[in-house]
Amino acid sequence: MSVIGKYFIFLGTLFGKGEKLSVYWRRLMEECVGIGVSSIFIVAIVSTFIGAVSCIQTAYNLVSPIIPISTVALIVRDMEILELAPTITCIVLAGKVGSNIASELGTMRITEQIDALEVMGINSSSYLVLPKVVAAMLTFPMLVIFSAFLGILGGYLAGTLTGVITERDYLYGIRDSFVPYNIFFMCVKPFVFGFLIASISSFKGFFTSGGALEVGKASTQAVTNSCISILVADYLLAQLLL
Amino acid sequence: MIEINNISKAFNGKEVLKGISAQFQKGETNLIIGGSGTGKSVLLKCMIGLVKPDEGNVLYNGRDFYHCDKETQQSIRREMGVLFQGGALFDSKTVEENVRFPLDMLTTQSPEEKRERVAFCLQRVGLEQAAKRMPSEISGGMKKRVGIARAIVMNPAYLFCDEPNSGLDPLTSVKIDELIKEITEEYKITTIIITHDMNSVMEIGQNIMFLYQGNKLWEGVNTDITKTDVPELKEFLFSNKLLREMQE
Repeated sequence: MSVIGKYFIFLGTLFGKGEKLSVYWRRLMEECVGIGVSSIFIVAIVSTFIGAVSCIQTAYNLVSPIIPISTVALIVRDMEILELAPTITCIVLAGKVGSNIASELGTMRITEQIDALEVMGINSSSYLVLPKVVAAMLTFPMLVIFSAFLGILGGYLAGTLTGVITERDYLYGIRDSFVPYNIFFMCVKPFVFGFLIASISSFKGFFTSGGALEVGKASTQAVTNSCISILVADYLLAQLLL
Repeated sequence: MIEINNISKAFNGKEVLKGISAQFQKGETNLIIGGSGTGKSVLLKCMIGLVKPDEGNVLYNGRDFYHCDKETQQSIRREMGVLFQGGALFDSKTVEENVRFPLDMLTTQSPEEKRERVAFCLQRVGLEQAAKRMPSEISGGMKKRVGIARAIVMNPAYLFCDEPNSGLDPLTSVKIDELIKEITEEYKITTIIITHDMNSVMEIGQNIMFLYQGNKLWEGVNTDITKTDVPELKEFLFSNKLLREMQE
């Protein structure tokens, strides 16, 4: 309980005495590149293959003659939009971005760089962490939209190239019974997950003490705790919004 | 002038500092010496506001750092320059950006003014050629000098140095000591140096305080330190065989 309390106090410090807006803007842009742009490649690879595998495995299981083959595309689309793109992508990002944030801040802590900021009278948590949290909340939804697109494209490529579904059936399937609200739901999830990943990882890194071993531990804990929080939040969001 | 009164600090019930009081004069290099684990760094952190003491106060020209409003505390912080043990340079910034950082964050100076000030500080520590290099590309001694340049860029009234010679060869150590002493005298700064380097003690120790197990056991100037009759200080000073033989 004390850790949770400390986490919320830490979140409060992010909005304490701040610096000049121009400083935050520059930091935000740096973090958007570091967190968002640098994650495009891994998100693209993971999403394309997950979409491809979803299509092949759905087709493999859907053998009933009374179910049209276009249902494969419909299932791939809904799986991507509702779960795979937001949740799996964010779990991948928890590994990449979360460990990066925790190790960066942990190293800054043990090499006294955070102390140097505090001695200058700079709100170190606000200066270092707030741009990371905002950047994650801004870029994760964009990455998830990109991921959903590539996942559905991956399903299309795998399905049509292997011959399990025709191009015509796939294109019909992904447009059939489309619920626009699901797109909204897909974007809410990474917004929340981005906040959780960036804030939890920052919290773990920010309060690291010791040496290289502790930085490694903080990084591992950041990923573990972020993944657990994503799964819990995923359930709660589904319960609340669907 | 900095005055500390009755500073005490304990961690998990273990007393690290036991009622330390002292005065550090303007324009002097004040040294806090002692063996490892005697509380030197904790005392420094209490003075610069990184660790809050359990008891006591720290006065900066009469302004109580821990019992004043936030604005006064902030203005005191802006009068401080700190050289950390490892330099504490920001890895993602060049040498020039590291030195310019306090100006970017805390002042409204024009880019030209900042450029001039950074160039002056880098020139002062003899690193104008290394301005565009990253911290990972420079030596330990250069990192310390960049740390000094960053510490003095805001024209501090108080300069704190945490073991400025640690990890440096004797020649570089002497250069760093001389640089700190020159800057202290030139700008009339109140400088406090944490060290256990005997060369520093003998070369630049204008006012020396010896800590032992969280207590202040001795205070004086470098010319008197070798005449001490405090056994713990004698043991500390003459732990080196050569110095012991010289004393005999």
